[in-house]
Amino acid sequence: MAGGERAEVFSGFMVNAWVVATMVAVVGGAIGFFIVMRSSAFVAHAIPNGSFAGAAGATLVGANPLLGLAVFSLAGALGISLLGRRARHDVATALTLVFMLGLGSLFLSFRVEDAEAVYSLLFGEVLGIGSNQVWPTLALSLASLLALALLWRPLLLDSVLPGSARGSSRVRLELAFLVIVALATTMTVPVVGTALIFSLMVGPAAAARAFTVRPHVALALSVALAVVIVWIAIAWSYNTNWPIGFFVGALSASAFLIGRAWSVASRRLGGARHRAPAGELSP
Amino acid sequence: MATLLHAIVEPGFFSSAPVRLAAEMGALVAIVAAVVGVFTVVRGQAFSGEALGDIGATGGASAYLAGISSVWGFVGISVLAAAAMELIGVQRARGRDIATGVVLGAGFGLAALLIYLGTLQTSTSGSTVTILFGSPFTLSPSDLPLVLGFGALVLVTLAALYRPLLLASISPELAAARGLPVRLIGVAYLMALAVAVALSAVTIGAILSTALLVGPAATALALTNRPGRALALAAMIGVAATWLGLLLAYDSYYWPPRHHGWPPSFFIVALVLIGYLAVAARRGGGRRGAR
Repeated sequence: MAGGERAEVFSGFMVNAWVVATMVAVVGGAIGFFIVMRSSAFVAHAIPNGSFAGAAGATLVGANPLLGLAVFSLAGALGISLLGRRARHDVATALTLVFMLGLGSLFLSFRVEDAEAVYSLLFGEVLGIGSNQVWPTLALSLASLLALALLWRPLLLDSVLPGSARGSSRVRLELAFLVIVALATTMTVPVVGTALIFSLMVGPAAAARAFTVRPHVALALSVALAVVIVWIAIAWSYNTNWPIGFFVGALSASAFLIGRAWSVASRRLGGARHRAPAGELSP
Repeated sequence: MATLLHAIVEPGFFSSAPVRLAAEMGALVAIVAAVVGVFTVVRGQAFSGEALGDIGATGGASAYLAGISSVWGFVGISVLAAAAMELIGVQRARGRDIATGVVLGAGFGLAALLIYLGTLQTSTSGSTVTILFGSPFTLSPSDLPLVLGFGALVLVTLAALYRPLLLASISPELAAARGLPVRLIGVAYLMALAVAVALSAVTIGAILSTALLVGPAATALALTNRPGRALALAAMIGVAATWLGLLLAYDSYYWPPRHHGWPPSFFIVALVLIGYLAVAARRGGGRRGAR
């Protein structure tokens, strides 16, 4: 990346970066809406982070890293769901995550020369995206958006009123949601890294929820914020050569802080009108 | 018999200096993590623990850039992150995981930048692997007093706060009704968690710090309801998993495929998980039988 002139930011291999990162942002912002509604940020951290062990394992046996990511992220979703039936949810998530990472450390120990690859899986190599990555990413992002659209009503109801779905249907719904996170993980980790997709799933959605209580508006705002954040981050990353993960993390956190400030200010100014805590969907 | 013993315990395991240091430091960190972990599991703050350990990596990278001991970097940044989480709303259970997530996202971003700046200076990125996965076999003896001091600080804090912290963790409403400063207790606990997690992240890696924080504590709490007994059990399980993991890692030097030794973190994590699953399955079977 011997980056120099600004005009090049839209040319050649950079087009792939823009296209793929925009898709990642759309999916991240949409899933993030539910992550925030369901308070499952730990899962959004655990599945992408743990699944990178799958990429390490796949390169070890000479398979496609995407396959390893898919297998591990789905196994992580299943593991969290299975363990979570008996234990507290955060304990189940933590144990699944550390086990996957433990396997990852084992795989890496067999191939010590992969330090560079680890760094890019964690923090992303968005500027090095090839054109062969565009189609798989597009297919997977459409699949996860479609799944979200199909589950929109039950997921929303279950997130606003936990306990409205009972027993096995609740377990199935939770598992379906985890599988969507796993799908999104598979497509995004090789492109933008585990750290970045996590920031995109949490920051914009949390900010959007502070601005509006209407689900459709919050979802749209979350997606829009995620896309804008990614675009700014790519441009700055290209110009400074600093890692894109840094800009996405900082911008997501800033968006969240602005949202918090907004909800505090509107609560103060609105006085009696806003008796209900701002940013919480009242059933 | 002697040959069997030799097959299990490779000759030299007890006389090797790095192994002895790893066993001492690993046990120390395992005890501190397990004791803090019991409160973490009861309070449902496993995500905070995981996040603080990961953010510690940022401190590790900045200490590396500044040229100071990485223990200070890890502990400092982890305490700062805990303060940030507290400020933006970790105290309310509803917004807690989002606040944790936002701080973790920003911390990860900063880590990416610092590691990148570090690679500009030294043109290696091996530190990523070391920070995340760490190895007890690569500890430096000069860190021992610092780890010992911080570990003692955490244990003393928890001992001083024991009864109010326990009540505030099990039933915040009851504690508030009794006039206990629940929020202040929460802050003190979060700081203790930050130091404990940072200590174990710097000595044995971020993965193991979460594993030793949550695994032994959850196993102990599945075995007993009595807090004192759970603390003792968790500490014992943590130390046992650490030592057995070190032993297996030492043995694995002669295993395929590389003859390079399997990482201790893998064995310790696997042992912790197996212990937890065994206890959970036994308890589940017992409950079903009683019905």
